[in-house]
Amino acid sequence: MSATSVSTTADQIFILLRDWLVHFLPAGLRPAAGVVLGVIAIVCVFPGLFALTTVFERKGLGRMQNRLGPNRVGPFGFFQPIADGIKALTKEDVVPFRADALVHFLAPLVLLVTVFMGFAVLPVGRNMQLADMDSGLLFFFAMGAATELSVFMAGWSSRNKYSMLGAMRAVAQMISYEVTLLLSSVTVVMIAGSLSLEKIVDAQNQYTGIFPHWYIFTPWGLAGFLMFAIAATAETNRSPFDLPEGESEIVAGYHTEYSGFKFAIFFVAEYLAMFALSGLGATLFLGGWSAPLSFLNVVPSWLWFFAKVMGAIFVFIWMRGTLPRLRQDQLMNFAWKFALPFTLLNLLVTALWRFMGAGWPRWVVCSAILAGAYVLMGRLGMHSKKFGPRSYRYAD
Amino acid sequence: MLGEGIIKGMLETAKNFAGSFVSEERLTTVEYPDQRIPTAENARVFPFLVYDGPDWQAGMRCVACQICEKECPPKCIYIEKSKDKKPDFVGKPQIYPARFDIDISVCMSCQICVEVCPFEAIKMDTEFELATDDRFGGLLLDRHELAKSNEYYHSIHPTEAGEVDARLAEEKRAAEAKAKAAAAAAAQKAAADAAAKVAAPKAEPATPKPPAPKPPDAGGE
Repeated sequence: MSATSVSTTADQIFILLRDWLVHFLPAGLRPAAGVVLGVIAIVCVFPGLFALTTVFERKGLGRMQNRLGPNRVGPFGFFQPIADGIKALTKEDVVPFRADALVHFLAPLVLLVTVFMGFAVLPVGRNMQLADMDSGLLFFFAMGAATELSVFMAGWSSRNKYSMLGAMRAVAQMISYEVTLLLSSVTVVMIAGSLSLEKIVDAQNQYTGIFPHWYIFTPWGLAGFLMFAIAATAETNRSPFDLPEGESEIVAGYHTEYSGFKFAIFFVAEYLAMFALSGLGATLFLGGWSAPLSFLNVVPSWLWFFAKVMGAIFVFIWMRGTLPRLRQDQLMNFAWKFALPFTLLNLLVTALWRFMGAGWPRWVVCSAILAGAYVLMGRLGMHSKKFGPRSYRYAD
Repeated sequence: MLGEGIIKGMLETAKNFAGSFVSEERLTTVEYPDQRIPTAENARVFPFLVYDGPDWQAGMRCVACQICEKECPPKCIYIEKSKDKKPDFVGKPQIYPARFDIDISVCMSCQICVEVCPFEAIKMDTEFELATDDRFGGLLLDRHELAKSNEYYHSIHPTEAGEVDARLAEEKRAAEAKAKAAAAAAAQKAAADAAAKVAAPKAEPATPKPPAPKPPDAGGE
């Protein structure tokens, strides 16, 4: 076998494995069995990644605060998720006396199912997509929007003021940032000309010399990616946008009244949403499974996808270790007064980029508009605020 | 510019993250059961009873005067006096505690028993790993469990134990001098009486020696 064929085999190893497993079945059952195997792979791989991420997050956060982090269970504490899982499974499942028991039970299930649905359209490697829909991006966002329903179901059915407050915050925040998230993704659709995530990756999987045509390396793509990252952080309720959970203010937000394995499901779903949105961000702006330099294509494509997702997760953790939580009014101000106008402007800039044709002028014009708008909006937004050392009325 | 502070903050955490792998002194965590830092010299947890010499019963300094029992604010000490007597460190016969219990689930580690003890018999320990699965018997320490040697006291509080030893040696020396003086005075008196019987009573009676200095406060301030 030549080097190329080894690399191709490594790239397609999971597809080959699936086909080999399926060929034992009668021909009529093969397509369905292939899909089932794909679903099993998704349901195993991403929660496994979640288990790994919880350890890395706790250890990474610890290091950022000059602590050691968990290191007691197993070698370097890597069996910690097993201990946590056993703990969650053996805890009593408490349903509040006056809660709406059915809705209270359904909320975590709805959340988990809708979050998993998003993975169906993500291309995690070359030919590795469960369902290649022409409207894959639309499907992904439809499923993402459905998570808001389950959050509100959880908050409403618990009959607890903290749950209710958390759910109201969550819904307000998710709806506000959903707009930015969608509009920043639309730029990619405008350039790639397709809602299919596979086609979007193909459009970026080209190289000039050794450098790839990723959308993040264009002015509108960079701006779009930044807005997408901010909106995705808010969508997944991660710090600094973790108001819906705000443990120092409203206990745990909408999952205050959940315990045992139902709580664990909320926890898993939050991380799965992070993986899904990181994967989508990588697909839209970072070339999906394509290699960052042309000669690195010998490395399997799925490895690049997961490397990009884990890189994004690291940034999530890094931000959580750095930034304090926003206030509700700051959150809303940022969404409607900065993120949304800037994303709308980015849409116009993308259209300009599309119609100015190839050549260097569009680089200059688009970069200048975006950079100017960024600086100007920053100045305008901050000019009325006083920064510097704080004074406290009663403490000085 | 907008976002400048965020970048500054991110760099700071990145510096901490990378630095914690490079320099050990950044990590202040002591992994307690595996690693231990020595306790400070003036650390104190619960009281113990000091004894001199090899035998804890013979060398016990406590004379069951019950001052600590009376002074103890949460009343965690229980003492029963002995019926017989045993010689103390200067050789004087003293009663001793037939029972001396401290309930460490009640003790609040205030050290008042140490301050009031005139015999330097009760001191504060540094042993803190006293967790037990027996909440009654395990936390009620009897006199055998409480008795610790003077060498142990020296090992945990060297400065304080040195001062105490000096004080006790001074006390012992004074007691011996007093005994010697009393013996000398008795001998002189006997001689004078004998002389008075022989001759006319003109010999002056020997002036008694001043009393031995009062032992300094055992508080250890």
